[in-house]
Amino acid sequence: MFRRSTVAVTACAVLVTTATACSSGFDKSKNGPEQDSAKKQSLRVLIATSGDAETKAVKKATAAWEKKSGHKVTVQLAKDMDQQLAQAFAGNRPPDAFYVNSDQFANYAKGGSLYAYGDKVPDADDFAPQLRKAFTYKGKLVCLPKDSSTLGLAVDTDKWKKAGLTEKDYPTTWEELEKTADKLTSGKTTGLVTTNEYQRLGAFMKQSGGWITDRNETKMTADSKENAEGLGFAKKMLKSGSMKFAKQVDTGWAGEALGKGKAAMIIEGNWLQGAMKLDFPDVDYKIVPLPAGPAGKGTLAFSNCWGVAKESTHQKAAVDLVRHLTSAKEQLASSDAVGVMPSRESVMDDFAKEHPESKAWVEGNEYAQGPVTVPGFTKVLDQFNADLQGLSTGDPAKILSTLQRNGEQAIKKGN
Amino acid sequence: MSTSVTERPAPPPLPRRPGRPGRPGSRTTRGREGLWGWLFVSPMVLGLGLFMALPILMAAWVSLLNWDGQSNPFTPDADFVGLQNYQSLLAEDGLARSLLATSLRNNLYYVLLTVPLQTGLALTLAIIVNQRMLRGRSMLRTTFYFPSVTSSIAVCTVFLFLFQGSGAVNQLLSWVGVKGPNWFQDSRGVLWVLLDALGIVDGKPGGVLAEHTMMGLPFSEWLAGPSVAMCTLIVLAVWTTSGTFMLIFLAALQDIPRELEEAAALDGAGRRHILRHVLLPALRPVMFLVTTLGLIGTWQVFDQVYVLGQGEPANTTLTPAFLSYSYGFDNAEFGQGAAISFILLGIVLLMTGVQRWFLRERGARNPLAKLRKGARGAQD
Repeated sequence: MFRRSTVAVTACAVLVTTATACSSGFDKSKNGPEQDSAKKQSLRVLIATSGDAETKAVKKATAAWEKKSGHKVTVQLAKDMDQQLAQAFAGNRPPDAFYVNSDQFANYAKGGSLYAYGDKVPDADDFAPQLRKAFTYKGKLVCLPKDSSTLGLAVDTDKWKKAGLTEKDYPTTWEELEKTADKLTSGKTTGLVTTNEYQRLGAFMKQSGGWITDRNETKMTADSKENAEGLGFAKKMLKSGSMKFAKQVDTGWAGEALGKGKAAMIIEGNWLQGAMKLDFPDVDYKIVPLPAGPAGKGTLAFSNCWGVAKESTHQKAAVDLVRHLTSAKEQLASSDAVGVMPSRESVMDDFAKEHPESKAWVEGNEYAQGPVTVPGFTKVLDQFNADLQGLSTGDPAKILSTLQRNGEQAIKKGN
Repeated sequence: MSTSVTERPAPPPLPRRPGRPGRPGSRTTRGREGLWGWLFVSPMVLGLGLFMALPILMAAWVSLLNWDGQSNPFTPDADFVGLQNYQSLLAEDGLARSLLATSLRNNLYYVLLTVPLQTGLALTLAIIVNQRMLRGRSMLRTTFYFPSVTSSIAVCTVFLFLFQGSGAVNQLLSWVGVKGPNWFQDSRGVLWVLLDALGIVDGKPGGVLAEHTMMGLPFSEWLAGPSVAMCTLIVLAVWTTSGTFMLIFLAALQDIPRELEEAAALDGAGRRHILRHVLLPALRPVMFLVTTLGLIGTWQVFDQVYVLGQGEPANTTLTPAFLSYSYGFDNAEFGQGAAISFILLGIVLLMTGVQRWFLRERGARNPLAKLRKGARGAQD
């Protein structure tokens, strides 16, 4: 018996020692790691690319910076960005610079994984204010928005003409939207197609004067009358059949529905342009601003930011790289390739001039609502999206009160 | 001739182990043997310890922390919250509890339908391909086994296309005049769909069922049955796993001595009787294996869910395993995620225990069986 327990104890000791040795990778010093100051540093960049065009644009831009700075950059493409970043943070070997999705931003910022470099960027004020606000945590601008996108109404011009509509008929109010969608719905074509997520339907909430949280994201305002009105309008259209979710018409997203002729109108953002060019180059469409609701115009703005890891040993070089990637010149070049808008206000006019077809998206910047960035909100908003799937038969007020309750809990836990 | 064939022969009396107290002189031999034994098993012990036991212990520790995956959980700085993760999942009214309840509901229906179906189908297939008179046996065996060797991700993707709103399945259904649902987008529970079709309820029942809740989920949701989307997942699971289990049953069937069947036939037993009184009792240990494997596999279902919608539509394909993953990697709440996986572990252990009790040897200990046996003995 004695011998057996000795062996067991020894085995345990060996295991624990190994485990401790393995876990040493976790250790973080309080002020971040010692910085590398060599002339020739090697940086790792992780991006979640939307396609070849974007990959090429990023690689070209980093190559230009390599030449300028003398450092070396390896660009890696993520298959599942959230998972790969979470693993990298947990393993304490994060890439030096990476895309940060707006819905994950707050989680990473709260966890202390992001190096807040906003104060190292002298011209940070040039970036669109609603995006800067989204990427600010505890009063500090943490990372720079990579680009910007807003939602617009994309209209299939052929179907438009066939239905006997002219340019004057582009809907500018909810009533007109409802009427035109009705008119365009026939056979396999649905008048308006969008996805069952707050990132699209939230525009209706905005147009009726509501939003999920207050301006400072410290209080939930989900169960307001305005929000219920916005979702109520969407419900009405869903019930009438003139509006459908992309998956109900067997497509992965609204852009595919537009390209395959299953939708006459869709609500999508700037990324639509690159995707349509690639997948459906023959479909003619036009972007017009989203119709105004009872409280005026409203749209949503989207962006990723360029995060720099707190655990990076190349913070200075990485910030320099990000400044290069978000410079006016590079932003214009990448918007040519991908279709997204620059996040700098100073070059927005140049962009609008070069891309007259994106005018409606550019206009959207003036009244756009930025993404919600509250720690622990991912699951709350996921649940909201799941509930929105049943909007056509559900009760908007009940969906919103669930969101209100879940959100309040997350805010309480997050702060 | 009855259940007695299943009774295993009594184990031979154990030879007295050397080295027992009272047999002096062999102690050193035995000690050395033990040492050698440990040496020989050490690679496996180390492997299991390092890659199984240790991570489980680490996860158990993490489940007691509020850990965001971005710091070292094994330092005094770790935010120890005790059982709070479990509490918010099981006791507190909120999103965490209703998500867990939804995922448990989904998975429970998944298990309840998948395990009997796959076991039944596997057994049927095994009996079919075990027939000696059957032509093309090996071809059939290969065909039935084929879904099991195909990558589950590939199968899922194919199913995704088959079950589209305008996919092949609905085209087939339309030939017989049935308008199929948009399978993977349909979040309605099948029970309410059926009752609705029969005109008993309209859509979803309201009233008492909708008002009263258990673990934050109304009874109308608990009772709804698997959603239409979940049913496609069940079909997929049954189809892909039955081949493997068929193989296990087949091996066991071939192990049953041919004489037993012949003896039973001579005694005048029909085919159905042979199946019920000879084959099935002989298969009981294998039945236990197959149902246990099925039970564990179905409670841990992850890859199909990940590919086929990540919980969509409306969380009706959400399972605890996927919820645990999503808590960790999408919400940076690894502590909560680990807690979910331990709740899942508890459920699997409990279910296996229950099922062990059901499939226990009901030999002489079972008075009913004894009675029946006695009666039959009298007849003979």
